Amino acid sequence: MADAPGAGGLFLRAHLYLVYVFLYVPIGVLIVLSFNEAGLPTAWTGASLKWYGALAANETIQRAALNTAIVAISSTIIATTLGTLLALGVEMRQKPNAALDALLFAPMIIPDIVLAIALLAFFSLIKFSLGLHSIVMSHVVFNIAFVFAVVRTRLRHFDFSVIEASVDLGAGAFTTFRRVTLPAIFPGVLAGALLALTLSVDEFIIAFFVAGAGPSSQTLPMQIYSMIRFGVTPEINALATIVILFSFTALFLSQRLNREVLTS
Amino acid sequence: MTREAATVLEIRNVSKSFEAVQAVRDVSLSIRENEFFALLGPSGCGKTTLLRMLAGFEKPSRGEILLDGKDISPIPPNRRPLNLMFQSYALFSHMTVRGNISYGLEMENLPKGEIQARVNDILETTRLTEAANRRPAQLSGGQRQRVALARALIKRPRVLLLDEPLAALDKKLRESMQLELKRLQNEVGVTFVVVTHDQEEALVMADRMAVLKDGVLMQVGSPHQVYEHPNNKFVAQFIGVMNFFDGETVDGGVKVKDEVLLGAVPPELGRGQAAAIAVRPERLEIANGAMPADHNRLSGQVVEIAYHGLDVTLSVRTPISEQAILVRVSANASDRFKFAAGQNLDIVWSATHSRIMAS
Amino acid sequence: MQTSRLQTAVLIGPGLGWLALLMVVPCGLVFVLSFFERGVYGGIDYVFNFGNFARAIDPLYLNIFFKSARIAGLAALIALLIAYPAAYAISRAPRRHQTPLLFLAILPFWSNYLIRTYAWIVLLNREGFLNQGFELLGYQGEPINMLYNDGAVVLGLVYNYVPFVILAIYSSITRLDPEIWEASQDLGATRFRTFYRVILPQTVPGIAAGLVFVFVLSIGNFITPDLLGGGRVQMVGNLIYDQFLTARDWPFGAALSFVLIGIMMVLLFLQAVLANRAQGGGRG
Repeated sequence: MADAPGAGGLFLRAHLYLVYVFLYVPIGVLIVLSFNEAGLPTAWTGASLKWYGALAANETIQRAALNTAIVAISSTIIATTLGTLLALGVEMRQKPNAALDALLFAPMIIPDIVLAIALLAFFSLIKFSLGLHSIVMSHVVFNIAFVFAVVRTRLRHFDFSVIEASVDLGAGAFTTFRRVTLPAIFPGVLAGALLALTLSVDEFIIAFFVAGAGPSSQTLPMQIYSMIRFGVTPEINALATIVILFSFTALFLSQRLNREVLTS
Repeated sequence: MTREAATVLEIRNVSKSFEAVQAVRDVSLSIRENEFFALLGPSGCGKTTLLRMLAGFEKPSRGEILLDGKDISPIPPNRRPLNLMFQSYALFSHMTVRGNISYGLEMENLPKGEIQARVNDILETTRLTEAANRRPAQLSGGQRQRVALARALIKRPRVLLLDEPLAALDKKLRESMQLELKRLQNEVGVTFVVVTHDQEEALVMADRMAVLKDGVLMQVGSPHQVYEHPNNKFVAQFIGVMNFFDGETVDGGVKVKDEVLLGAVPPELGRGQAAAIAVRPERLEIANGAMPADHNRLSGQVVEIAYHGLDVTLSVRTPISEQAILVRVSANASDRFKFAAGQNLDIVWSATHSRIMAS
Repeated sequence: MQTSRLQTAVLIGPGLGWLALLMVVPCGLVFVLSFFERGVYGGIDYVFNFGNFARAIDPLYLNIFFKSARIAGLAALIALLIAYPAAYAISRAPRRHQTPLLFLAILPFWSNYLIRTYAWIVLLNREGFLNQGFELLGYQGEPINMLYNDGAVVLGLVYNYVPFVILAIYSSITRLDPEIWEASQDLGATRFRTFYRVILPQTVPGIAAGLVFVFVLSIGNFITPDLLGGGRVQMVGNLIYDQFLTARDWPFGAALSFVLIGIMMVLLFLQAVLANRAQGGGRG
């Protein structure tokens, strides 16, 4: 259903290309600058990996990267498990439940700042210690919702009678899950996990509120925030480049696994 | 089959309701050893629910199901020696054909060698050897259907349950698969219970069939019995095409308006009762001169002619029926008579072909 | 399919439990908190009253709400104007190009928000990329300060949320029967009139969804006003942040959060009603 390129079609196409320019030029500029010897955008003094070297030598950033990895991986594993089970439970029930849908949709739209203060208030009321573990627990909240949504779209195309077929052929509930259900939905589960991983790696506000005091539970986005807020150092471009490329890779893989991840 | 075979599966007064809906009402049936049995009915008649109760995926609300004389209701579906071939086939898309077929035997923890031998065997029987290492997505519709069949058959079930096994195939393939299923059943010697909404399929394949409507069993019998001697109007209409004339019973027939149509009145219908006299279109003939005394004769006018290639169907308006009656004429007769719309003719049929039933 | 209660409980229980404990309870707590007041030394005095809500509609704070709404509304409108033609262009591209094009448009939306916002600091800065560009083009005056104002905040919000609007509009266009283009042209309409009379009215749910989501995500936003507004542009998100981390008036911060959530719920509800009505009218 392609249009013959009339004047209107040409205008539309030009507009679309401009939108891509608008979306990618700022990111592109960051990436290019990360290789600038001089570090700042004032002058190009030649290509260099100097700032990546500086980044590798910076212990604070290494610590933050490690923290981020711990938070992202733990919260992804927990959220993927719980979100997948939820999606299976909801789809198998086959009875629409508006309250349940709203509850599972809520974490995606509640403003980060509100969820952040709510969790902080809750943790401090019950005198729960703050640190990486509280960040993990908080990240699981929104990650469950995203994993649930991704796996659920996968299940829409899932023929539930294969579960009955497996039982009919003599398998028990556990064997059926391990040998039939999980392999069939696995691309969706993995896609959801990759999405959860990037969201957790990138999340700033909630982590910032529930991290507690002290540098021991600083994550990368918190580091990036303070670098932006309190004096831009050239290393930030290198760091931003690495983080962005990580996200793009994970998202690309996620989309490859399950066509509907980012587009639903 | 001269001697009555033993009963394998007995369904006793089984009912099933889902909340407010009663899907199956007090159905009793026995299915015999090595029989090809069809459960036939329009969609929503409860035939699939009945099948799922046999497989163990639904529990009867009332009644019991006996396999070889033993109540199987406490046995979960994965322990029942019955296997189900699903309407969607429900193939495991992440496994190869071989993986799908061997799955059920792996669940029985059989030795590897035996599994392999039995899989190879059934691949041969179902002509799937070439496709053994392919995934379901790479198969044709007919191949997928055979994988589903092989996967269930390899378990050597006491009874194989098939839910609309041919519904997903196109018309040509469906017709050849009807005979193929029948051949396979003979070869493996397993009792088959097939659910279908397609009356032609049931007639061609089944040794015996049960007709269901709104969860109620309407008639059980061989295809010949059910087709030639329908118990009631529903069965008569659902299977094949039937012409009806409504009237009331008199001695030796039914009086329709002023005309008495001859036929045997079944003993349960007394005199003067509202009844219909029915006759199949292929039993009607165009009058050609004199006719024997035990024949019915009606004059009418052709309103429409439908050409089927194999034969021709005439719609004929008669003075005693609101509805035009259908007459099936062979191609030869059609050539001879050169029918045209508006033409007047007489229709005759032998009283032995009249069926009288309560209306 | 028959599923036992037990099975459902095992599948749904853990996830729901997690959300109940770490979302529902905390949000409920914030709600309760909003009826108390700040203690003399920080902390909370457990005295039930509506003082915080009364304070929230004080002109000082009400203005911040209005200002936030104006910025969020402007961002939503501009994002729509940019996104609609782009989504339309994607939907008219050859079938096999559509998914990659859409993916390319949506990709930035899921990547790091802080960094995407930071990129605009680099561009808009006094020593930034754009000012240098102007210099190269022969501009001689003082560098232009394009950062730390309402405009920069709107730009940042538009930049971050355009991908989402493209997605919303695109999916509402592709939900249409692909033959309606041909049908309309067959009935004698030009391409423009087909768009105006047939396509546009049927994509109203997508437009509404796009507008509402940008508005909702923007009005509660903290990072963009903080970084591109440079602390001069106070929006509701920053205000809540301040109440919790600077002023230490948690009850008031809680009340503000609830006003924000209330606004969002009303908008989402309106959008759902609109979507429902459009669906009801479209079918049948």
